[in-house]
Amino acid sequence: MRILVLSKSVPDLVEELALDEDSGELLHDDMTYVPSEWDDHALEEALLLKDEVGAEVTVLAVDTGDVDNMLFTALAKGADHAVKLTGDFDLATSNRKRAQAIANYLRDNPFDLVLSGVQAIDDIDGQIPAMVAGLLEWPHASVVTEVSIQGDQIHFRQEYGGGLQAELAAQTPLVLGIQAARKPPRYASVAKVRQMMKSSTVDEVDASADAVPELEIRRFFKPVAAGHAEMIEGEPDEVADRIITILKERKLVRG
Amino acid sequence: MQKAKPIELELAVVNGIELPGHWNRMFEPRVISEYDLSVLDQVTSIEGAESLGYCYQCGKCTAVCPVDTVGDYSPRKVFRRTQLGASLVDSPDLWLCTTCRNCLRVCPKEVNMIEIMPAVREQAVLEGKAPEELLTAFENTARYGNPLGEPPRKRADWVKSAEVPVPVMSQHKAPVDVLWFVECYPSYHPRGKDASVALARLFNALGVEFGILGTEEKCSGDSQRMAGEKGLFEMLAEHNVKMLSKYQFNQIVVTDPHAFNAFLHEYPKYGGQWPVQHYTQFLAPLIDQINLTRPISKKVTFHDPCYLGRHNGEYEAPRNLLKAIPGLDLVEMGHCRETAYCCGGGGGGMWLDSFVRDYTSQRLSEKRVREAVEYGADILAVTCPYEVSRFEDAVKSTGNTGKLEVRDIAELLAYSAELI
Ligand SMILES: Cc1cc2nc3c(=O)[nH]c(=O)nc-3n(C[C@H](O)[C@H](O)[C@H](O)COP(=O)(O)OP(=O)(O)OC[C@H]3O[C@@H](n4cnc5c(N)ncnc54)[C@H](O)[C@@H]3O)c2cc1C
Ligand code: SF4
Ligand code: SF4
Repeated sequence: MRILVLSKSVPDLVEELALDEDSGELLHDDMTYVPSEWDDHALEEALLLKDEVGAEVTVLAVDTGDVDNMLFTALAKGADHAVKLTGDFDLATSNRKRAQAIANYLRDNPFDLVLSGVQAIDDIDGQIPAMVAGLLEWPHASVVTEVSIQGDQIHFRQEYGGGLQAELAAQTPLVLGIQAARKPPRYASVAKVRQMMKSSTVDEVDASADAVPELEIRRFFKPVAAGHAEMIEGEPDEVADRIITILKERKLVRG
Repeated sequence: MQKAKPIELELAVVNGIELPGHWNRMFEPRVISEYDLSVLDQVTSIEGAESLGYCYQCGKCTAVCPVDTVGDYSPRKVFRRTQLGASLVDSPDLWLCTTCRNCLRVCPKEVNMIEIMPAVREQAVLEGKAPEELLTAFENTARYGNPLGEPPRKRADWVKSAEVPVPVMSQHKAPVDVLWFVECYPSYHPRGKDASVALARLFNALGVEFGILGTEEKCSGDSQRMAGEKGLFEMLAEHNVKMLSKYQFNQIVVTDPHAFNAFLHEYPKYGGQWPVQHYTQFLAPLIDQINLTRPISKKVTFHDPCYLGRHNGEYEAPRNLLKAIPGLDLVEMGHCRETAYCCGGGGGGMWLDSFVRDYTSQRLSEKRVREAVEYGADILAVTCPYEVSRFEDAVKSTGNTGKLEVRDIAELLAYSAELI
């Protein structure tokens, strides 16, 4: 079983977003980037499958300029190979273009299972797994948990409305968008990451993609505040009394 | 089965007297040492953890280990359980030691938990067996340069509230006398910042020529090292040494005893060799120059930080500063100086609160606060940035709100000097 995990770095929300209000542009170079949390879950799920059935795990990132550390961290966690797709990409490259590059790579390099985070906080469009599968005409499912390999089939779960769970099966090759891994993503010690930086390499694959139909971002802006929260001052008991009064006034609690 | 070999020095020299070991060796191992020692051997084969094998079960450590007073843990028990075949990397025991160094002070066999714990923990971290909350602190430190997960760009934001000049070296562009290494909690934690503001004002009042690294500073990493992330420590040490090497200064003054420990014993290994003082050591000889006009007529007790006292032998400087404050009545707790109990924050304890709670009857900080109250103190004076928040929480959780205040020595001095 050959598994490909897609990973992406996204703006770190611990620092403030750098936004040029006048031009409506995000200042990518002034922001810090971190691995997308959902991709960490996809990697964890892949590594769990590796632990269970001995799959070979490759982690892939589109070279947007700052992905090496993320890839070496994935190797330190237990991924077998790391691939960086090079070409005309930067931090603002659209998901549509990224998906095209990844699909092109997958045409030349066969994998059985592709796992990606269900979405990323930067654009929240959750389209990478669906677009990659669509371009390759492979089956796809998203918002997936609990992936397992059963013979020549992949089983996984989706949660539906009303608390209903579905267990689904598909043939490989297959693309899945992972909502959460079965366990919290593992920790890679700094020593191990640094050792990987010395002892292993990231394969660079040229993946210049053709022009693709894309959306144009007209502007980014901060939402205008409509109202303000009321801060309740006082001792904890007074504050609690006041909250209870408000809840009662608004008929949000009984009695 | 391999029988245990007695571990005795051929020749011990005690106070200059030579004590050859051959005449009082065991003639042969007793039934009590006929175990399958493979599990113990695994632990003592880890570099740094060798001395666990020296334990001869005298129990002296159990009498002084603070964790034993709130739980079922002491170096003696760690040895015994491992001897009986329980895996230390899988045991909660591995995360309970705060590396306070009290056991090493009394152990006749020099079983050294200060080296054993980081070495075995490193192994556990590699095997993915460290508690989740500790890993979060590691990840934050690796990513942001501070265990709190605060934005690195805001590391020097506290300076605004100082309302006195706090030069940042990258902008100052001139040599200074004192490079003040501020550290994480004094940069970000609300109560830590109060002490930083107080210290900045004291430095200004004294006319100290000083500067800080600001956003170029990262966590000193000493507690992460003790908690088993040596690689992270090395990365931080290399960074800080590189940043400090850019500037000219005569000496480093630190707010944090953990950073003090790192600069004294570890950073020289990474090329960072500078004279370093804890701020209490720096201020103590200058105390006559501080105008302490406002009396603090309170009973004050002092909690010796493990990494200032037991680890590095400084007990007097903080006390001399406190004694100089007019009206202040310094009372010592039963556990003070060499025998002081730990606040629970060292060795990674700062980031293991929920984990440790599951294996102890009360927090070490709560035990210490109860002791301070027992001795009739109105104020618990501290001088380690971990402690203000730990003890203030403990004052609340033990129901002592209003009875005991927690203040950093810098805050008490600045208050008495009418600077805050
Ligand atoms: C854990 C352990 C297990 C052992 N098991 C075995 C075993 O199974 N078989 C075996 O053959 N041997 C065993 N031994 C070794 C054996 O116990 C010792 O060899 C033996 O006790 C030595 O006797 P001693 O009277 O010479 O010294 P000790 O028993 O050490 O007595 C010395 C006494 O002198 C006192 N003293 C020391 N200095 C002074 C001073 N300056 N002033 C006044 N008093 C002082 C001490 O307090 C102590 O009471 C074991 C030892 C240990 C530690
Ligand atoms: S004091 Fe030392 S020798 Fe004695 S029980 Fe403790 S660790 Fe073992
Ligand atoms: S260092 Fe302190 S906490 Fe750790 S075992 Fe020794 S006495 Fe106990």
